[in-house]
Amino acid sequence: MILFYLIGSLLISTGLFFNRKTSINTLLVWIFIALQIGFTLFSFVNQDIEEAGYFNPDALSLLMTATLTIIAIPALLHRYDYIYQENDSPGQRGLYYGSMVIFIMALTAGYMASHIAVTWIFVEITTLSASALIFHRRNAGSIEATWKYIFVSSISLVFVFIGILLLSLSLGNQYQSGLQYVTLSHLAPSLSSFWLKLSFIFIFVGYTAKLGLVPMYTAGIDAKDKAPTPPAALLSSVLMNLGFVGIFRMYVITAHSAIHHWVNSIVMITALLSVFVAAVYMLKVKNIKRMLAYSSIEHMGIVMIGIAVGGIGYYAAILQLILHSFVKSSLFLQVGHLYKTFKTKEIYAIGNYFKYNPSGAIFLLLAFIGLAAIPPSGLFVSEFYLVIALIQQQYWLVVFILLLLLTIILWALGKNIFKMLFIPIDHVTAPLTTETNRFEIISQYVLLSLIVYLGFFPPEGFVSMIQTVIHSISY
Amino acid sequence: MTTILLIIFIISLLYFSIANRLMTYVKILVIQGFLLFGVAFIELIEINIINLIFILFETIIVKAIAIPLFMQYIIKKNKITREAEPYVPYFVSLIIVSFIVVLTFLIANYIHDIYLNKIYFIAALTALFSGLYFISTRRKIITHVICYVLIENGVFILSLAVGHNMPMLVNLGILLDVFVSVFLLGIFVNKVGDVINEGDVTQLSNLKD
Repeated sequence: MILFYLIGSLLISTGLFFNRKTSINTLLVWIFIALQIGFTLFSFVNQDIEEAGYFNPDALSLLMTATLTIIAIPALLHRYDYIYQENDSPGQRGLYYGSMVIFIMALTAGYMASHIAVTWIFVEITTLSASALIFHRRNAGSIEATWKYIFVSSISLVFVFIGILLLSLSLGNQYQSGLQYVTLSHLAPSLSSFWLKLSFIFIFVGYTAKLGLVPMYTAGIDAKDKAPTPPAALLSSVLMNLGFVGIFRMYVITAHSAIHHWVNSIVMITALLSVFVAAVYMLKVKNIKRMLAYSSIEHMGIVMIGIAVGGIGYYAAILQLILHSFVKSSLFLQVGHLYKTFKTKEIYAIGNYFKYNPSGAIFLLLAFIGLAAIPPSGLFVSEFYLVIALIQQQYWLVVFILLLLLTIILWALGKNIFKMLFIPIDHVTAPLTTETNRFEIISQYVLLSLIVYLGFFPPEGFVSMIQTVIHSISY
Repeated sequence: MTTILLIIFIISLLYFSIANRLMTYVKILVIQGFLLFGVAFIELIEINIINLIFILFETIIVKAIAIPLFMQYIIKKNKITREAEPYVPYFVSLIIVSFIVVLTFLIANYIHDIYLNKIYFIAALTALFSGLYFISTRRKIITHVICYVLIENGVFILSLAVGHNMPMLVNLGILLDVFVSVFLLGIFVNKVGDVINEGDVTQLSNLKD
């Protein structure tokens, strides 16, 4: 089935790329959505049955794939040409949708890969397809962003590959058993801790380019700023989840070995630094898309702190990851509407949004509450669990620093969002449109309501899947 | 024999640090492609025709012919000036790369592992660190792509030292990725060249907070 899915997506993407008719384009996108939903359902039915030797739909990959499918549908159906419609051509549209399909396909396959090198290959494919999406506008800014993104991501992925090579070096003469994650976890206690440490460092640093943590986060910020909003919504949610999956699978391997504590302290330090960096930049940022991108860095920092703490922190981390995907992607989609109304992303040129687009403004207000983890946001639940876990493990200093930084971030975020919502702008330059697509705004509300539902009334199956993921760490 | 080839590889990195023309960089890439072929060929334990074709393709055709020709085409097409224009003097670069070589020697001697072939490890790490160093000290965008290929060459050596446990499919996928990313980077050098005239990194710094 996975081979059918991969080949089907490739065919659809090729069709989209060469097609020039609007109706066929729409038809192919709907076929892909059906394929994506069908494949997700199929994987849920066939949980933990290995496919094609290199793919295994385990609990983590199923959670991530379901998140991806839910976000991908509105992202594919939102108009990408919400502004500058006059510059659009069928060729550009074909490239855009073709890359979107490849991107989503690579994300799904990357989640499900059960071999460390196969994950690597699909992460590389996401870099290539994402660069086509970032380059969509073809102006000086998008060239710069794309160049930086490809370059930093390529270097980071070389790092990951070196890490994989070092890992196979640590296997010594046991290498016949292969680099499947399952076999690696079994072999982990017998591996040389020097090589394991070295390989973890390389793999961790490499995947931070996708996850958005301290060493390599920079490229992702520019990319999310310059990509059209539907791809930016994917870049700042599900692509970060792929980085998390890459790191988490390596983390599970190290959790079975002697270096678990060392790994935890490395993860804790980088995660706290990421939250710090996010807080510093949130105070001075002037562009709403960049502000949201830095907020993603903050949330990924919180997720990784949860992983480093352990215990109930694991649960908090995975819940936070999933809920953050929904709230951040819906916010990015809303930024498209905001951009269409004001024709700018500068926070100081946006104001009194309630007057021009009330439904969008209410959404922005609710999404702010969601992002800031104020109840009834589900993120409140996950961050609450995280603080409990930190207190249980007596990380008093971390609790203090984290809460201080989160307060600063909350202030910066609130200041900017309330400015955009309520304070009138002095001089209105662009003609402000008020029409919005009703289906697009409804899909954003649906994504947002998911965070309340999953946070406060989590279905039985959802909780048990997260517990299965946590189970894989300790056993 | 492999030791000699790998030592020549390290010397080529030292030469890279003092070379001042872009075409010299491209020629160094060609030489390194042939050196890698030599090392990989000697490493082949049994002569298997598929392996031979694969290695021939990966080293000679991709690394020694296709990528250098492509780089040459980009340099000609964008009329990039032939001087490399580093931020630091060549002499300092030479000292630093020598220092990197010494450092990797020390690291390799510190590790006691029977499965580790030290000279491969040294050559690979030297290529990685000096590639990163060259990226941070050279001004032109095209040199960044060339340095990326240098790092990839180092990774290839590392994979030779440990790589007999990778299935062929994975190897092919990796090769494809390297190939595609180099070409994509090359295409972007063209695009950047269209927008800003000199391919200079300092002009790519508008996106910041």
